[in-house]
Amino acid sequence: MQLSWLSLDDSLLSAPLLLTLKVAGLATLAALVLGVAAAYLLARRRVPFRELLDALCTLPLVMPPTVLGYYLLVIIGRRGVLGQWLQESLGITLMFTWQGAVIAATVVAFPLVFKSARAALEGVGREYEDAARTLGQGELSVFLRVSLPLAFRGVLAGTMLAFARAMGEFGATLMVAGNLPGRTQTLSLAVYSAVQAGDDVLANTLVLLISLVCVVILMATSRLIQPKY
Amino acid sequence: MQFEIDITMRMNSGSRGGDNFLLRSRFATTDRALVLFGPSGSGKTLSLKAIAGLLTPDDGHIRVNGKTIFDARQGVNIPTRERRVGYVFQNYALFPHLTVRENVGFGLRGLFGRLSSVAERRVRELVHIFGLDRVADLRPGALSGGQQQRAALARALAPEPELLLLDEPFSALDQPLRLRMRTELARTLERFAIPMIMVTHDSDEMASFAEAVVVYRDGAVVGVHSTGGQPEHRASVTRMVQQEVALAYDM
Repeated sequence: MQLSWLSLDDSLLSAPLLLTLKVAGLATLAALVLGVAAAYLLARRRVPFRELLDALCTLPLVMPPTVLGYYLLVIIGRRGVLGQWLQESLGITLMFTWQGAVIAATVVAFPLVFKSARAALEGVGREYEDAARTLGQGELSVFLRVSLPLAFRGVLAGTMLAFARAMGEFGATLMVAGNLPGRTQTLSLAVYSAVQAGDDVLANTLVLLISLVCVVILMATSRLIQPKY
Repeated sequence: MQFEIDITMRMNSGSRGGDNFLLRSRFATTDRALVLFGPSGSGKTLSLKAIAGLLTPDDGHIRVNGKTIFDARQGVNIPTRERRVGYVFQNYALFPHLTVRENVGFGLRGLFGRLSSVAERRVRELVHIFGLDRVADLRPGALSGGQQQRAALARALAPEPELLLLDEPFSALDQPLRLRMRTELARTLERFAIPMIMVTHDSDEMASFAEAVVVYRDGAVVGVHSTGGQPEHRASVTRMVQQEVALAYDM
């Protein structure tokens, strides 16, 4: 295995790495907010069609990324339901942009936050929440001062997994954002291109880079999952 | 305290094949210290939770000192956070992620902002009164059973509630400690001069606290006894209730 940082043009590594961190970071943030909100609604509020909503929220975990990518095309593509409106009234194009990659990564990362946040929130004793209510706290305060801190580890573990998943996202990103070097080419897409082009040095380096980040994330996650109280 | 409750609640245990529990809770009293007495599963705790607003009855009303806090027909249901009740849970439900001091101060601030200097002084005072100075910066997990009960009481009393609700406050304690905490709680309640409603299935506890006893059985009130504000009548009321309960168990 040939492996040499020095022989590589810096931007070949740094451009996809920085783009990947930007896309995965923003997607994780979005998945965190949406995933925790959805988990709270399904774990603690009375909502109709609970099972159906739960299935829909989990679906991106089991569906092929290309199928998800196709759905996204139908929704935010140039002639998509939402895409056309965004284009015509706001002049926003999501296709083949890094913002489109963020949306694709958010969708695949979302179920990981949702699943662990829901399990963690359901594990919070209702008496703690009731105690906060008798101490004069409204529902938002109960959630932010009691439920979320007590579910914190589960939520954090889900968020780490979501980040790892968002970093490795390939299929849906390819369909929505394409594979434009310097613009939408993330690490996993760069690996594919490097292999296709026969550039083994670049492929090896990229693969090691992404593996390292994923191993660190998984080790941190398993440490965080251990209970504290 | 003027207290009046008349509620009906249907509890559906669902998974156990449509096993329904019907709670019919109805009594009125002017006594300051009320004990809800009865065997487990007789509806005492459900009634207490309904008074706190943690459960919503299907029908009826609850009035405290002339103020309606729940009325199904008039559509009145004051949320728990505005009912000004202090609640001591059976296993205390102290927030495990906060220190004793933070637990006591929990109800003295909202979501944003910090404790005012007045509130901070109140927390210090309560921590001191309840003998928690040495453990004030520890988490509840490091506390003994008696300390946990004191912390739960201090937390419930901090926002100056108008009514204190206690759900079997001694059941989580060992027998010797139980006797000591009982005397201690009686003294505390005297000191804070706050009306209270306590749930218990222990007739000794009933005898130490009750000015009035409400006896529950199978989800219904089967008797209300008052000492008429005369502590010396407690013994006779206790005997009466014990006889009544003995009869109930015989059946």
